[in-house]
Amino acid sequence: MRYAMAVDSKKCVGCSDCVVACQTENNVPIGYARDWVREINHGIYPELHTELRSERCNHCDNAPCVRSCPTGASHYAEGGIVKVAEEKCIGCSACIISCPYDARYIHPKGYVDKCTFCDHRVKDGEDPACVAVCPTKCLYFGDLDDPNSEMSTLLRVRKYKTLIPEAGTDPQLYILV
Amino acid sequence: MNEDLIVSGRMNPLIDPHLGVWEWQIPSYLFLGGLAAGILFFAGLFTVWNKEEQYPTAVRKAPILVPFILALGLLFLFLDLKHKLYFWRLYTTIKLESPMSWGAWTLMAITPLSIIWAALNIREFFPNWDWKFDWVKQLESWFRKYKKEMAWAMMTLALILGVYTGILFSAFNARPLWNTSILGPLFLISGLSTGAASIVLLSKVKTERHMFAKIDLGLIAIELFLIIHMFMGFNAGTQTKINAADLFMGGDFTASFWVLVVGMGLVIPAILEVLEMRDKKVPYRAAPVLVLIGGLILRFILAHAGQMSHWVMN
Repeated sequence: MRYAMAVDSKKCVGCSDCVVACQTENNVPIGYARDWVREINHGIYPELHTELRSERCNHCDNAPCVRSCPTGASHYAEGGIVKVAEEKCIGCSACIISCPYDARYIHPKGYVDKCTFCDHRVKDGEDPACVAVCPTKCLYFGDLDDPNSEMSTLLRVRKYKTLIPEAGTDPQLYILV
Repeated sequence: MNEDLIVSGRMNPLIDPHLGVWEWQIPSYLFLGGLAAGILFFAGLFTVWNKEEQYPTAVRKAPILVPFILALGLLFLFLDLKHKLYFWRLYTTIKLESPMSWGAWTLMAITPLSIIWAALNIREFFPNWDWKFDWVKQLESWFRKYKKEMAWAMMTLALILGVYTGILFSAFNARPLWNTSILGPLFLISGLSTGAASIVLLSKVKTERHMFAKIDLGLIAIELFLIIHMFMGFNAGTQTKINAADLFMGGDFTASFWVLVVGMGLVIPAILEVLEMRDKKVPYRAAPVLVLIGGLILRFILAHAGQMSHWVMN
């Protein structure tokens, strides 16, 4: 099992439904977010190009946060999902510093919090909240180890990129371009 | 034009526009850790060399401060934790990949060792000290027999502690400014230098002061070399590394780093130490005080600048 997510930047309109859905689904405290939308503009008017994409934890195969955690609180769960065990986290912030995507934050209760790929929904066969709610269906979630999954097919037929691959993290959030 | 902005979510002031999760606690601790490492290293070194009589401050007096320095450092580390009641989890895990984990274990070993060493030399400050209980006296004489072994252990652990204060930063590839193998040696040498400086401050023996001023001068020279070497490496590196160096070459930290750390903390004390060795009239306390302040500022600047440096997002 290797869970991954894809964002179709050609379809994303930047509505931020994914952000709100995540905050609601996961009881994310006000002022914090596990996912966010980035807008990147190139060019000079009228030759403008905009890329919109929903970003979150990349659930890296070689995750620096798991490596830098002194207590083993940051760990790989089933399907390569990178999770934090709250009762082991001491709140030292090493993982926050180690993440090139700045995907982690300190929860007001003291432990570090982040995207879980909604594993509580995934284990019941549902999509993560952000994927389920996306009005343009630009988010995809699936198993890369299954060659027949929609995710695997998408990555075979579409051109894609990953974010800061040169950091050596082997990220599993794919941006379809 | 290339404009990159987050349109929604993530408005966390500790993360955006740049990281700020490590405030004053971590750099203060790194300074104290380096200082403790420096003092303990020289105490061990001159014990192994059988020079205890010539260098009484280095071997006996200064190390008495170390347990207090380490305790304060550990307090700062504790204050930095946001999930404080779970701190003991550090000591139910050994994770070699995590510098913070083996740093915690190094502290677990070096702190009791420094307390024993300080206890053995407590009569430096309290000549009539009496341990009162016989078993404590027996324990004291037992430890005294293994002084050389303890000195070796102290030197080794001090080197690990000193290097670790730098590796704590350099192990993070997400922060390009820190992600250089120079940082370990740089913090180690700076720690040894602050240790030597504190011995100069405390010593009442002129030959000892001169010896440690000489040692400090050598360490300052190595530190300057390492700093120049570090920036040469950055500027010969990828765009992320060049951006990291730019924070110090025209960026936010240019004045504070080159004036306060390099000028006031390294070059001026070096000049003062040379003058003193030539028997010119200079207050001998000036150089070590500047070295100590410079070491502290170095760690604050690197801690904050490192959190500002980041990869270029594609």
